[in-house]
Amino acid sequence: MNEDYPMLEIKNLHARIAEDGTEILRGVNLTVKPGEVHAIMGPNGSGKSTLSYILAGKTDYEVTDGDILYNGESLLELSPDERAAAGMFLAFQYPIEIPGVATMTFLKTALNAQRKARGEDELSTPEFMRRVKEKAADLQITMDMLKRPLNVGFSGGEKKRSEILQMALLEPSLCVLDETDSGLDIDALKVVSDGVNALRSPERSFLVITHYQRLLDHIVPDVVHVLSRGRIVKTGDKDLALELEKNGYADYVGAAA
Amino acid sequence: MNMEPRTLETKAEAALAEAYETMRDALPGGAGVARLRTEAFDAFRATGLPHRRVEEWKYSDLRARLKDVPAFAARRSEADAKAVLASAGEAYASVDRFRLVIVDGHFYPELSDVAGLAGEGVTVRPFAEALAADGEALLDLPVVALADAAVGLNAIFCADGLDLAIADNTKLTKPVEIVHVSGAEAASTAERVLIRAGAKSEAVILQTFVGGVEGTFSNTLTDIRAGKGAGLTVARLQAEAAGTTHIATATLTLAEEAQAKLICAGIGSGFARHQSFVAFDGENARADLLGITMVRDRQHVDQTLVVDHAVPHCESREIFKTVVDDGAKGVFQGKIIVRPHAQKTDGQMMTQSLLLSENADMSLKPELEIFADDVQCAHGATSGQIDEDLLFYLRARGIPEKEARTLLVLAFLSEAVEEINDEIVIEAFEGRIKDWLSTEE
Ligand SMILES: Nc1ncnc2c1ncn2[C@@H]1O[C@H](COP(=O)(O)OP(=O)(O)OP(=O)(O)O)[C@@H](O)[C@H]1O
Ligand SMILES: [Mg+2]
Repeated sequence: MNEDYPMLEIKNLHARIAEDGTEILRGVNLTVKPGEVHAIMGPNGSGKSTLSYILAGKTDYEVTDGDILYNGESLLELSPDERAAAGMFLAFQYPIEIPGVATMTFLKTALNAQRKARGEDELSTPEFMRRVKEKAADLQITMDMLKRPLNVGFSGGEKKRSEILQMALLEPSLCVLDETDSGLDIDALKVVSDGVNALRSPERSFLVITHYQRLLDHIVPDVVHVLSRGRIVKTGDKDLALELEKNGYADYVGAAA
Repeated sequence: MNMEPRTLETKAEAALAEAYETMRDALPGGAGVARLRTEAFDAFRATGLPHRRVEEWKYSDLRARLKDVPAFAARRSEADAKAVLASAGEAYASVDRFRLVIVDGHFYPELSDVAGLAGEGVTVRPFAEALAADGEALLDLPVVALADAAVGLNAIFCADGLDLAIADNTKLTKPVEIVHVSGAEAASTAERVLIRAGAKSEAVILQTFVGGVEGTFSNTLTDIRAGKGAGLTVARLQAEAAGTTHIATATLTLAEEAQAKLICAGIGSGFARHQSFVAFDGENARADLLGITMVRDRQHVDQTLVVDHAVPHCESREIFKTVVDDGAKGVFQGKIIVRPHAQKTDGQMMTQSLLLSENADMSLKPELEIFADDVQCAHGATSGQIDEDLLFYLRARGIPEKEARTLLVLAFLSEAVEEINDEIVIEAFEGRIKDWLSTEE
């Protein structure tokens, strides 16, 4: 990690859908320092997931202007797997089911691929198993779930917990959580939040996309942003989330027009 | 006495006709067998090699493929056969098994575990010897196989192979591997392997086809007869050299209450066709047919099957998966026939293909011919590409593209692989599949 730079610096980011050229992000600026938690809120369709996908390197979108710096270096030329190995993690809004890929095989392949890319030794199977079991227990994920193909037949909430298990195992330095709270019951929200909080450290930053103040009671943000029509239209502290909860987005969405 | 050759006879057809004239007196079997060969030869003279205007062969034009046919391979010395075998590379080297060796169509008892099998209640004879002793009954085949041109060619030319008979109530302690190796000089072969599993016997048979060079033409036939209540797995791994042509026929006849699994993996050859003919001969039997095909470059691999539900109360399951890369071509043709009195038939056929490149080509022809009214039959066929969203998910977790694609291809094949349900076979097949995926440039 480079102490001289913010962990993430999004500068004037413009992006469109590669297929039809529709512009989604229209000049996003955002700076996240190591150890910080930033929340991104905003109306449906404002571009929150798009931003998270672009951070992770999805090729459905084209960056037309601006840059994304990660520890001072541009991410734009890196492939999704290179970004992951560099410490980027996206917890998907809609985690995907992959029939035929055993969850354990997937976790081990991912962890060892990242370790290899960073020049570290592969983990032995017993050590890997020890880590998975420990982290799964924290998140109340049963071994039975881990024996299934990846996410197959998982309930909505189980999928979200599975994402956090992956995050805990891969130990990324920048965690982007896209509506990880949606679909979670009250107890699961607590389990997942505890899991996230356990990972908080001065070297790890979080970008938490959510629609609900409730998550932010558990994972208390340093900064809250409102994204509307592809731009950040308001930035404040955690009280901004409380205010939005009360008044909605009406005061801010107009400003983006 | 010969019929007039057809005017449009190809070079390969002429070579086959000439080969028969040269070989006929030396081919094994008595008068009955000779008559059968002559009938098959007359049929061949009338129709020639199968081609695209023959409905069953429309996607796999053998006449166009075979520019020429090399001479049928003569029997080698034992030392020579041993050398060919050693050069071939083994799929089951680490498996404790009984091995039977066929080199260029000829069976080598000296190189095979004949004595070990005898101790388990299995009689093994060279097919030439069996044919001389027992005559044309050994050449009997299910009716659905009889009209096929490649089956006819095998009847004309089969000079050797093996006859394997498992005694009633015998449960083999180890799998039997039948290795078919082709040598480094282009030759034709037409071996016949007869597997007779006695009542209530249980066995796992591993059949591997390896070796060969540009021009090798193999037209093998494996005739499997599962006796009453027998439990049989026959796993066929076809992995010959790139320039070879192989028509690999398997026929499977099931007696009452037999359970048989026939697995065909088509990975090698330049042009290969697996054709499987399944006939239910007794009630309450079940057949599982599994196919795994992986082709690339300019390979052409065809999986064709005909399942004949001729009696009531039988079940068949067919799962066929094909992976096609580069400019290769895959073919699947599957036909389930349910005869008028075969009530309570349960037949389910599924075929899926995964196209890994723009030029990859797949022809699918699933068919149901149902003449009974109280049956449960269905088929499904799909063809698609790697799902980009799945690929992105894996890559977002740090798995490099090539490795992620490999995982997804394995995932695609997994349904067929899991159904194999035999650890030894699964391990060997997975090994081959992973080798295939890792040699991708
Ligand atoms: N691949 C795509 N193809 C077509 N339209 C897309 C694509 N990706 C995003 N969009 C559109 O871009 C806009 C922003 O979508 P995005 O998913 O980023 O919104 P969001 O802020 O995450 O919304 P939500 O709160 O509902 O999750 C939407 O109008 C969406 O339909
Ligand atoms: Mg979203």
